[in-house]
Amino acid sequence: MIMFLLKGILRDKQRSLLPVIIVIIGVFLTVALFCWLNGVLNDSIELNARFNAGHVKIMTAAYAKNVDQLPNDLAFTGVDTLLIKLKKEFPKMVWGERIHFGGLIDAPDHRGETRTQGPAMGFGIDLLSGDRSEIERFNLEKSLRRGRLPLHHGEILMSDEFSRKLKVNPGDTVTLIGSTMNGSMAMYNYIVSGTIVFGTGPMDHGSVIADLEDVRNALDMNNAAGEIVGYLADNYYDEKKIGQVVTRFNSLFPASKNEYAPVLVTLRQQNSLGQMIDQIKGIGAFAVFIFVLSMSLVLWNAGLLGGLRRYPEFGLRLAIGEDYSHIYFSMIYESVLIGIIGSVIGTSIGLLGSLYMQHHGLDLSSMMKNATIIMPAVFHTRITPTAFFIGFIPGLVSTVIGTMLSGIGIYKRKTAQLFKELEA
Amino acid sequence: MRKAVIPFFLMCISLNAQNPSAKEIIEKVDRNMSADSRVFTSRMVIHNPRNTRTVESKSWSLGEKKSYTEYLSPPREQGTKMLKLEDQLWIFSPSTDRIIQISGHMLRQSVMGSDLSYEDMMEDPHLLNHYTGKVDGEEKLNDRNCWVITLSANTSDVAYQKQKVWVDKDRFIPLKKELYAKSGVLLKRMDLSDVNQIQGRWFPKKILFKDVLKEGEGTEFQIEEINFNTPIPEYIFSKASLKK
Repeated sequence: MIMFLLKGILRDKQRSLLPVIIVIIGVFLTVALFCWLNGVLNDSIELNARFNAGHVKIMTAAYAKNVDQLPNDLAFTGVDTLLIKLKKEFPKMVWGERIHFGGLIDAPDHRGETRTQGPAMGFGIDLLSGDRSEIERFNLEKSLRRGRLPLHHGEILMSDEFSRKLKVNPGDTVTLIGSTMNGSMAMYNYIVSGTIVFGTGPMDHGSVIADLEDVRNALDMNNAAGEIVGYLADNYYDEKKIGQVVTRFNSLFPASKNEYAPVLVTLRQQNSLGQMIDQIKGIGAFAVFIFVLSMSLVLWNAGLLGGLRRYPEFGLRLAIGEDYSHIYFSMIYESVLIGIIGSVIGTSIGLLGSLYMQHHGLDLSSMMKNATIIMPAVFHTRITPTAFFIGFIPGLVSTVIGTMLSGIGIYKRKTAQLFKELEA
Repeated sequence: MRKAVIPFFLMCISLNAQNPSAKEIIEKVDRNMSADSRVFTSRMVIHNPRNTRTVESKSWSLGEKKSYTEYLSPPREQGTKMLKLEDQLWIFSPSTDRIIQISGHMLRQSVMGSDLSYEDMMEDPHLLNHYTGKVDGEEKLNDRNCWVITLSANTSDVAYQKQKVWVDKDRFIPLKKELYAKSGVLLKRMDLSDVNQIQGRWFPKKILFKDVLKEGEGTEFQIEEINFNTPIPEYIFSKASLKK
């Protein structure tokens, strides 16, 4: 029977084409919207994770309390020992030391006197050890606008916007004026090796990136680091896995009154990211629910109309002796087939479109110029396992329910009047 | 009646002689603490919560407006020089071969992570030029009889709008100071000790500064050697001398 119905659907375009197109469009839009919202959430989380929060971040208790002030006087000392322990105890995590600092970038004139200055937010990350994890995490190669990445000690990257504001070009020397771990004034010369575009407003306004060892030298932080960031090996934030890391960490480093004891905070616990994630998830889920509901209504209505459109056909079939239930169930089977065909095609198109956007993204940088929080300027979609079946809710279920409701009318038809209807 | 008035009058004169006015006390303090010029070497022991560091320096100052300091140790700071002219400060860092100017509120930042600000370190203000005083009473401090004086700033460009000073009654040097912001918040405490007679004046060679807004046990500022009113060549107070 299914083969018979399938042949009917494929051969009788008039009967199947419009319902299938409607289902395809509805399912495509559902899948695309779902992947888009997933992508926006994921991009925002990953951007914060890559640049700042990590999937987890380990700091001294005192540093964690004042983390907004970047208090490097409260940073870890003897950080190599701690890193060895972390790598041993958490082999599935990738760890990186960082120094996050603030200061002034001073550009000299030809006499060596201050020509211009600007406040900078700086990152000391591993650029020169040969391990490319941090270079990839900061996406430095693709973000490079002018010059090149640092290849030698004493070189620094500046955000392109910042370098243009200070009228500094690759090859120029600038002086970092900051504060050492001991609170002394620190002055350190760097050669600008290149400029980069981070793609996020606050970072592009005034950021610099230098190799960790150079920053240690500049800020008198020998074997010290303000923050140790940890990432799950697959680079995707998974709350369940992070929960296991937290439990293990707390058993290794129980709560202590020592203000320099290590404490671990998850991505969710930093910068109100947890609240932001919940809000975006909530809004996203609500938007998807409303959209699925509205698409369901459309497709339900399409199923209903399909049933009504074929009212005379059912009359004829009843007149020639076909059973009420047989017609009703054949209608439902038919709508199941239309729902499946439409949902498979709609999901496929939606996933293909999302796959393209997952790789290429949509550049909204012109709309993010004045953003003050770390938000991505290029948004990508993200395909998750749910994306493979979410389109079937409106595409299949709603279509079938619509058909089932419209089909009830079949049972109200009276055989005695059918020929009169046909004559008319 | 006459018999009664004369002793009362004499008593008043006598009391007045025993209780100098705040202005007189401040004048005497200024005579001990300030000079037309000063050249001194000092050792600053900075007690941070995590470590203790010692920074040595040599300073030259001329009046209230000109001051020059060169750091002698530790190696990281050696050769760093600071020149302060009025309210502008230039710092030379030998590792960068750069001279950077700082001014305004930056002058109230900590020097080398200590409890002293650049202004504390490099200024030698005559109290009488900036403050009016009021004697609050007498107290005994470290077995020394002291006048307790409250100084209120009569100009807005001083770092501390109010000071409470315990002045040794015999030697007219401050033994303790509390330095307040305009809001009345206590900013710093100073305990002055190791009082010696140098070139005919009493002078405390050791000062413990404690920035109460900062963690740690304070900074000991120890004068190793000091000379008052010695001639200082004018070129010292020029930007050119920073790179020499």
